[in-house]
Amino acid sequence: MWTFTLKRLFHLIPILFGVSLITFLLMSLTPGDYYTTLSQNPQISPEKVAQLRAQWHLDRPWYVQYLFWLKGALQGNFGYSMAYKIDASELIFGRLWNTFILSFCATVVAWLVAVPLGIWAAVKKDSWADRFCSLMAFVGLSIPELLLALLALMFAASTGWFPIGGAQSALYDLMPPAEQFRNRLHHLILPTLVLAASELAGIMRQMRSNLLDTLRAEFVTSARAKGLAEGWVVYKHALRNAINPLLTIFGYSLAALLSGAFVVENVMAWPGLGRLTMEALFAKDYQLVVASVVMATGLLVAGNFIADLLLAWSDPRIRLK
Amino acid sequence: MEQTVQTHLHPESALAPEPQVEHLSPWQISWRRLRRRRLAITGGIILIILYLLALFAGFVAPYHYENQDRDRFFHRPTRIQFEGFRLVVPRYKQVEGQFRYEPIRNDTKPIRFFIKGDKYKLFALFPTTVHLFGTGDKNYPIYLLGTDQYGRDILSRVLYGSQISLSIGIVGILLSFSLGMLIGGISGYFGGTTDNVIMRLSELIMSIPGLYLIMTLRATFPPKLSSVQMYLLIVVILSFIRWAASARVIRGMTLSLRERQYVLAARSLGQSTLTIITRHILPNTFSYVIVAATLSIPYYILGEVVLSFLNVGIQEPDASWGIMLNAAQNTEYLRDFPWLLAPGGAIFITVLAFNFLGDGLRDAVDTKSQ
Repeated sequence: MWTFTLKRLFHLIPILFGVSLITFLLMSLTPGDYYTTLSQNPQISPEKVAQLRAQWHLDRPWYVQYLFWLKGALQGNFGYSMAYKIDASELIFGRLWNTFILSFCATVVAWLVAVPLGIWAAVKKDSWADRFCSLMAFVGLSIPELLLALLALMFAASTGWFPIGGAQSALYDLMPPAEQFRNRLHHLILPTLVLAASELAGIMRQMRSNLLDTLRAEFVTSARAKGLAEGWVVYKHALRNAINPLLTIFGYSLAALLSGAFVVENVMAWPGLGRLTMEALFAKDYQLVVASVVMATGLLVAGNFIADLLLAWSDPRIRLK
Repeated sequence: MEQTVQTHLHPESALAPEPQVEHLSPWQISWRRLRRRRLAITGGIILIILYLLALFAGFVAPYHYENQDRDRFFHRPTRIQFEGFRLVVPRYKQVEGQFRYEPIRNDTKPIRFFIKGDKYKLFALFPTTVHLFGTGDKNYPIYLLGTDQYGRDILSRVLYGSQISLSIGIVGILLSFSLGMLIGGISGYFGGTTDNVIMRLSELIMSIPGLYLIMTLRATFPPKLSSVQMYLLIVVILSFIRWAASARVIRGMTLSLRERQYVLAARSLGQSTLTIITRHILPNTFSYVIVAATLSIPYYILGEVVLSFLNVGIQEPDASWGIMLNAAQNTEYLRDFPWLLAPGGAIFITVLAFNFLGDGLRDAVDTKSQ
């Protein structure tokens, strides 16, 4: 298990390097930089702009810039945000945390709803409940997060039960801690539900078909032949084996989850990495873009890593390969 | 009863092929199984209708997509009524100082078919002014899905927008799957260093969360482009990311296919590697490709929608479902004029139809089940 963990961990390093390199290259291909608008301002002398550019090595070729950035990144400094005028790291960890919280809560909600529903649909195969679930799964798979997020905004705007976008109220800083916590939770509910709803359908369908496959297996027939109660057969024998492939799904679904979070953040003004990336792209704040793309990738590969570990832990065949 | 006795008596008729064994190609078998799936067929029929509507968008749409009615911003959907056997639309009166419109009683105009209206080009070739339906009177507009913030008919814009959304998926899968098949085929067939490099590259692309990479790629191009350039750019960016996933699967299939005897036979006949890959190996992955392609069309539709929604895709005044939803981002609009979400409904129906069809196709070509 340890060698497996180390091997997988070692695998992550080149990916993060590669991603930062690609993003940096793309940013260097982008027309203009943060100081382009500044240089058109007649009140600022060209020398001053050139000096500012030199300060962040923007006058050097992109690979030199990359090496400078890499040197900083290895020391935990992910560059400087020219638009916000602070270190990118300071900005990014707060946003990373927001994206993480949103994705984490959505995943928990989605799994808590989807797994029991999937089991229910499989056990009651071909009943109206099963049909209804599979139809709802189709609907869930087909409603884009964008539309769901807009509908959630509409709901919030017309009922007033939930805040319209954002992660906290304007008076957040003046609140006592307990109130602050409630306030954040209140803001978190709608984005979580939107993101969870779009994820739920896939998990549910997978759970259903896994359990159906397992229920057809011979060991289930033999368990039934022994005269075990049906509940025991399903929950003790079949379910354990059916859950296993879901761990793979967990790893795969992370990329979709982060893309979904990107949309939800931008529509519902949730201050996460996706929104930060869009803001930074519009402001041509390139070091911030690189830092947030690398962070998002980090989140994804870390999630995949955890999924791999869970899979290896539950299935010895994988870790011994 | 008598007949069965007879067959036993006559040796010739006993030799005749009794249970007619049909020889069906795998495609025919799949088609038969597909036909039995009601959802898949429903999805297919919906799609045929949608594509026909997109093809004849200019004809079906009562107005041109840029046509602004400056007297009627945020007009609510027109209610069609029956008057005897005729369909009529009422005239609406604006509530003073508000974007609210009330129908006037007993002031209606019949809907007429094949009526002259805005100019447009059918199939972008034949200039004409004939529309499927309309009233022919400016004072009795027919806005079945209401109007937007510039007073443009939403139904017409949804129809014109469908030309982008429905074609972008097809162009996208053609591009990304031909790329994916070729790269995956090469990777799996040659193995070794080639395989290693390609697989590491695809891993790299797949480890960046989709939209982050899409947006970063988008930023490397100028923000303002013509609609055609933008359309091509969106397709290229979306396919550039998507080939990796299909290439990996195709590679896996090629790895096992290249060990087959017919590949050995082709090689010993002296066929070139490219021929072996494209003529002998890749056709065997078609059933996977067709299913995966159908199921990945929504990705392109939604990609364009998200890009346009975030103001980096198709731009005003052109009609696309994403740019139309952009107007709905304003929560006050959203609360008071919910019909702005109509393009969202169109997206939902289209994606649902593709999912129905794709799901049915997957079951139909899956020879393991059943």
